Amino acid sequence: MELDATNTPKTVRLSFEGTAIEAPAGATVAAALLAADIIAFGTRPVSGLPRGAFCMMGTCFECMVEIDGIANRQACLETVQEGQNIRRMPPRIPTKGQGDGDD
Amino acid sequence: MATTECTQVDVAVLGAGPSGMAAAIHAAEAGVDVALIDEHPQAGGAIWRGLANASGSRRQTLLRDYPDGGAMLDRLGAAKLRRIHAATVWEVTRDRVIFYSQAGVARQLAARRIILANGALERPMPFPGWTMPGVLTAGAAQIMLKTSGITPPGPVVMAGSGPLVLLVAAQLLEAGQPPEAIIDTTPRGNWKRALRHLPVQSSARQILAKGLKLKRDLRRAGIPVYRGATDLEALGDETVSGVRFRHRTHMTTLNCSTLLVHCGVVPNTQISRAIGLDHVWDETGQFWRPHVDDMQRSSVAGILIAGDGGGIAGAEAAVHSGRIAAMAALDGLADVSETAFDHERKALARHKAIRPFLDTFYAPAAEFQRPGNDTIVCRCEEVTAGQIRQLVRQGCHDPNAVKSLGRAGMGPCQGRYCGQTVSRLVAEVRNEPVSDVGYFRLRPPIKPVTLGELASLTPDEARNDG
Repeated sequence: MELDATNTPKTVRLSFEGTAIEAPAGATVAAALLAADIIAFGTRPVSGLPRGAFCMMGTCFECMVEIDGIANRQACLETVQEGQNIRRMPPRIPTKGQGDGDD
Repeated sequence: MATTECTQVDVAVLGAGPSGMAAAIHAAEAGVDVALIDEHPQAGGAIWRGLANASGSRRQTLLRDYPDGGAMLDRLGAAKLRRIHAATVWEVTRDRVIFYSQAGVARQLAARRIILANGALERPMPFPGWTMPGVLTAGAAQIMLKTSGITPPGPVVMAGSGPLVLLVAAQLLEAGQPPEAIIDTTPRGNWKRALRHLPVQSSARQILAKGLKLKRDLRRAGIPVYRGATDLEALGDETVSGVRFRHRTHMTTLNCSTLLVHCGVVPNTQISRAIGLDHVWDETGQFWRPHVDDMQRSSVAGILIAGDGGGIAGAEAAVHSGRIAAMAALDGLADVSETAFDHERKALARHKAIRPFLDTFYAPAAEFQRPGNDTIVCRCEEVTAGQIRQLVRQGCHDPNAVKSLGRAGMGPCQGRYCGQTVSRLVAEVRNEPVSDVGYFRLRPPIKPVTLGELASLTPDEARNDG
């Protein structure tokens, strides 16, 4: 949601899991995802439950995503770029008690 | 090709918030060689975040709330110093060598003095469901507003206590997406205890007046406030869909897509801990802080602490402690004016006068300090309070034993959001003061660093920088 109608910033197009989203230039990747109602950024290592942005200041490491093929990027510290390709990262370890795990 | 030889400076300042900026400006204006290193692309810290590249009406809005930020950024821009932005510091040694990564390349910087200006982070606030996506800190929402003008997905409900709850609620209101409700978890008895600290200084009265005005604005906007709420719980299957809490005698449930939580801020001690500086438990503020003397000097020669990283006192105080740290750092490098030093010391004391009142009034509720057994304490490794208590009963008598055996504090955040709770739980089970129990022993790297980055430290003519 845009705060500032009188100072409309340029828009950047990027993709999350192959779906196109738009974000104001200068926004962080994490803010862009949340603005597009994407709340779950990945899965937790032990329970396999979803995780998402929490602190937005680079300290909690829960917003880590894959950006343009590079894993473990903190989405709250990266600025959106035109054409950026954002993906969830595969789970660190297979979910316990499930033979095939998650993919 | 990037070079990786060790650069030398007189003073390295780590963190470009109010205290780091003030320290760097002061040292640079005194004529010494200064480097200012920050993790973010722009200076400003959490408080002036987004100001450096905001324009138009957003700049106006940001400047109205933080009028000093604009002048400070201008002065920093005019100062002759080395600015290193978007740099993640992952090690600082006792003999003052700083290792950091910038755009995937590791670098090192040797400094005759280091000023740590690492600021604060939000106090861990464990409660059932706090790990669900959609539960964010109040500070997180403020950063989104400041940097992007983006508000989190609505409906938004806020829960917790502290001045930031009021401020962020007012900022969301102004952004056109007011919170549906504020669940105020400030313990009911706090105000009575706080009254005896009621400050009389005019600077403190101004802060109180600002707080009361925020409360009035929120009331006028019709935002319901549930005072004295307890038993907070986030609801949802995979992402947050609501929040439940006890208000007076009955349980209340509200729907929300975002739950913003906050119960105060604590010093960011990650680097000061990893260096091995002495730390003390601050009973009034309920946090660990590095030991500093009245000149902001730490327990290790040549390493100084500025701003909230040395104890929470707010942005205005941070500017003064930053200048004091710079003056102490300059000792032996440049002339320091005794008058200027006294002036800064008095200003710092003035701005700190309100802290005992605020710290007591907003002392966090017991349910967030010693959470129930089913509540996750370590978010990264998903370790519950019950598991930690069990480990302590089984013989893990300090936080490091809990970490080794139970993995709490071993994930990527390295205990930033569980360390204080683990100390408290050990103290609770062992019936000892938190100060005796201690904290996690932190070791570098304090932020994850890739093997590629480490390898880039090795001078290698054949290395391809791409």
